[in-house]
Amino acid sequence: MQKLLLLGDEAIAQAAIDAGLSAMYAYPGTPSTEINEYIQNSKEATELGIYSSWVSNEKTAMEAALGVSYTGKRAMTAMKHVGLNVAADPFMNSAITGANGGLIIVAADDPSMHSSQNEQDSRFYGKFALIPILEPSNQQEAYDMTHYAFDYSEKYHVPVMIRLTTRLAHSRSGVLRRTSRIQNPHKLPANPRQFILLPANARRQYKDLLKNSEHFVTESENTGFNQYIDAADKSLGVIACGIAYNYLLENYQNGIVPFPVVKLGQYPMPKEMIKKLYQSCDEILVLEDGYPMIEEMIKGYLDTGKPVHGRLDGSIPRDGELNPGIVGLALGFPLTPGSDIPKVVANRPPSLCGGCPHIYTYNALNEALALYTKGRVFSDIGCYTLGALEPFDAINTCVDMGASITMAKGAADVGFSPSVAVIGDSTFTHSGMTGLLDVVNDESNVKLIILDNSTTAMTGGQPSAAFGRIESIVEGLGVDRSHIIVLNPSPKFHEENMAIMKRELEYEGVSVIIPRRECIQTATKRKKNEIKIKTVAL
Amino acid sequence: MKRDIILAGVGGQGILSIAAIIGTAAVNLGMFLKQAETHGMSQRGGDVTSNLRISDNEIYSDLIPIGKADMIISVEPMESLRYLPMLGPDGWLITNTKPYINIGNYPEMHEIMAEVESINNHIALDADAIARDLGSGKCANVVILGAASPFLGVSFEELQEAIKAIFQRKGDDIISMNLAALNAGHEFALSQIKDH
Repeated sequence: MQKLLLLGDEAIAQAAIDAGLSAMYAYPGTPSTEINEYIQNSKEATELGIYSSWVSNEKTAMEAALGVSYTGKRAMTAMKHVGLNVAADPFMNSAITGANGGLIIVAADDPSMHSSQNEQDSRFYGKFALIPILEPSNQQEAYDMTHYAFDYSEKYHVPVMIRLTTRLAHSRSGVLRRTSRIQNPHKLPANPRQFILLPANARRQYKDLLKNSEHFVTESENTGFNQYIDAADKSLGVIACGIAYNYLLENYQNGIVPFPVVKLGQYPMPKEMIKKLYQSCDEILVLEDGYPMIEEMIKGYLDTGKPVHGRLDGSIPRDGELNPGIVGLALGFPLTPGSDIPKVVANRPPSLCGGCPHIYTYNALNEALALYTKGRVFSDIGCYTLGALEPFDAINTCVDMGASITMAKGAADVGFSPSVAVIGDSTFTHSGMTGLLDVVNDESNVKLIILDNSTTAMTGGQPSAAFGRIESIVEGLGVDRSHIIVLNPSPKFHEENMAIMKRELEYEGVSVIIPRRECIQTATKRKKNEIKIKTVAL
Repeated sequence: MKRDIILAGVGGQGILSIAAIIGTAAVNLGMFLKQAETHGMSQRGGDVTSNLRISDNEIYSDLIPIGKADMIISVEPMESLRYLPMLGPDGWLITNTKPYINIGNYPEMHEIMAEVESINNHIALDADAIARDLGSGKCANVVILGAASPFLGVSFEELQEAIKAIFQRKGDDIISMNLAALNAGHEFALSQIKDH
């Protein structure tokens, strides 16, 4: 079969296509974006009639995927770790309804917070929901596990989580494909009440899930994704989860580890393997990219057993991504770095692109706000979060998708005025609309600025769910039409824009300003394509 | 044969194209490859890096161990220095000398160049100027690749084939422009090694 060079994300996407996926839903979020992107760009997926869509948020994505599963077809949704917080309600309850057609939830975690506001570990969500989790160590496993996850999901009628971290999501390697499988036909659940979570039903369903827990452990012992690799030196036993396994092997010539190892790629943990390792070794080292979840379980709260090393005892730093050096240190190998970074090297943080419309919005806003004391701008998640950096220093908060509006509301409700919210168009439709409804209903004195660059820019320019409809949405939510103002964020209109902002800041009531100009990145891309099309037409 | 390569630059400078060309050549030779990339926030004008590992044998880690890289290939001079802790004792530093200045506190060029020149094995060239002389300012990254080519362990011919394959859809003009850029970088490096 054909060998492809794929990112971890792309390996999951290709496997889903090959495994008879019928529909994929997602909201873009680093490091998960490339999964849906790959399916959308795949000619094969189009020919196979696979439905794939960028939707408003992770919750709507998860629910749509569950609906597909209800009909008996295979569905997948992919999100970044914090996206799973948004989807947590349908996610937790999908464990109780269970799946009908195979259902996969991909959670891409971001230890070291390369592009995120925290480094929460999605394995806790899988454990919380009592569903199986697969954690690939490499691109090939990401591919193989996705095939297996669909079969697993259908065998036990359970949603299955695939968890990976940034490093694997965005690293490329050779992947061997398998033969394709055709899509499932429609076939409703054998039990017509499976998806009705009335308490009486839900209790039954929950008991079924609990009963399955034992089967899940047995499954973990036998699939081959978890392995017990024996070795002579029993002074240490190593549990290596997911990608940590590679870092372990990297530290030894030809990848031959002198200690027994449990390579962990499937949860719940294989109890017999773990027991065998614990009983035959003097000490245990746990390597996991994320929180010390397994380490905590092995160690126990009272820590009365054998020494267990990892993030909790400082053998590994408590936070941040693993790498071969960190793992090597925990195994007693010294670090051998090259020369230090010369002092002359300056930091180069990300910044707004030259000509970005947000620059001119922030310039006008900063000037309009100069009359007031500082600290009045509640912001949100997107490129415009870079407004926190010099030279703008224009925003004061960034917490979660949509929080700009509701935090500004809370502040306004206790007399903080002016209270300004700054949110992008895509973030607004993701989680801002309900917050604006609260603002309108309570007549909270919030000045909302919706930065409309007509795209989801930070993740690479996916379509924005509100495209061309921001004013109607805002008006539909009840904002007075005379306080819905569209601006062109361009240096040409600086004085005019600034004057409008000043005026609206003074107004007592809900005001929505919409600075609108296409993202400079998508505009460039679009123009290039237009030239291409023109050339072809000629 | 095994090469661990750090690719460095600023978001948007085309380090992934360099990785794609080396990667394609390596895969065509039947080698193993792992390539960790930077996506997301840093692509907006921040420092970006890619760990490219090619080998005749299986590769375990997607990340190169600290102090074990065989070379740093950088399309920006200050960025070439950011990854020095990754470079092994006999490693090569191949860098563009044309700065990309998008920060207020960008250091003085002579300070940067003094650091570059303090590295035993280094090749420094103004790839932007060379590319411009060839009539294509956009190929500076491929000039840098050319300058790294004597140290890659992948034959020059394989790199040429990879360029042809990658730019196939963009037409013959683009292919020959990139081949010329590769060649110019290669020639520069050879002249430097001779002097070395």
